[in-house]
Amino acid sequence: MSKKIGVLVFPGSNCDHDAYHAMKHIMNAETEFIWHKETDLKNIDLLIVPGGFSYGDYLRSGAIARFSPVMQAVQGYVEKGYPVLGICNGFQILLESGLLPGAMMHNEKLRFVCKNVSIRVENRNSLFTSSLREGQVLNIPVSHGEGNYFIDSDGLNRLEENRQVAFRYCDPNGNLTQESNINGSVSNIAGITNVKGNVLGMMPHPERAMESQLGSTDGVLFFESLFESLHLA
Amino acid sequence: MYKVKINVTLRKSILDPKGKAAYQALQNLGLSQIEDVRIGKFIELTVDAGSEEEAYTFAKTACTRLLANEVMEDYEITVE
Repeated sequence: MSKKIGVLVFPGSNCDHDAYHAMKHIMNAETEFIWHKETDLKNIDLLIVPGGFSYGDYLRSGAIARFSPVMQAVQGYVEKGYPVLGICNGFQILLESGLLPGAMMHNEKLRFVCKNVSIRVENRNSLFTSSLREGQVLNIPVSHGEGNYFIDSDGLNRLEENRQVAFRYCDPNGNLTQESNINGSVSNIAGITNVKGNVLGMMPHPERAMESQLGSTDGVLFFESLFESLHLA
Repeated sequence: MYKVKINVTLRKSILDPKGKAAYQALQNLGLSQIEDVRIGKFIELTVDAGSEEEAYTFAKTACTRLLANEVMEDYEITVE
């Protein structure tokens, strides 16, 4: 039985085609788009919630997408233990849905940041990072105006205790500096998982770091690790 | 019919970058008496409810489910 990847599409998603291209043409996986009105995620082995500006990001990023019909199905999908990867606006949607803890605020300096950044792999606990090295530095682009991750100190303690921080912004040598924290996120956080480890939200775009012509192929390392865990390779 | 006014603001403990940017601009305008700026959202609802309390309850549900994100925001509801 062949494995299949689903890419959610909301009105206003704009990285759905990037994700589709990365999965289908570079990772050579069977991939399909899933419109937000769908209520069935049958036969999907990995679900990607892509970036963009779902519903114009009115009110707050991801706040309205959360009420799309498909999100009900996503809740059930996550409870069953299937893997969900939220990238950028997808991360924001997962936060608003309560599938991941915390919230996203405007970047500290209010600037939209669009560039390649270094992120450090913080743990190998989740199926997303199990084949990466702890401390490994990946060069992955970001592109967001609201990526300033916030969680209160109790919440942060819980994230640390459960080892839910997957990635942190760092300098090219892997040091967690203030300058490398491009958006003001609590504790340099760039990506987190849920407690169970089957949901990952990250602001950087690994799907845009798949071809050397585009500056970095570190996204491939990330997806190879994920595919290995899921036996998709 | 009730008019419900809602103010959504970032929690006091959270840095408000928009407020800070506006504050800086106001300082540049010479309004140095202004000591702090916090920017939030104003939302007005028209609610078909039987009583003021009921209108408040609907508005509160709207706030907790959608209009405010309680991780980082507070809200204030006024029914008219």
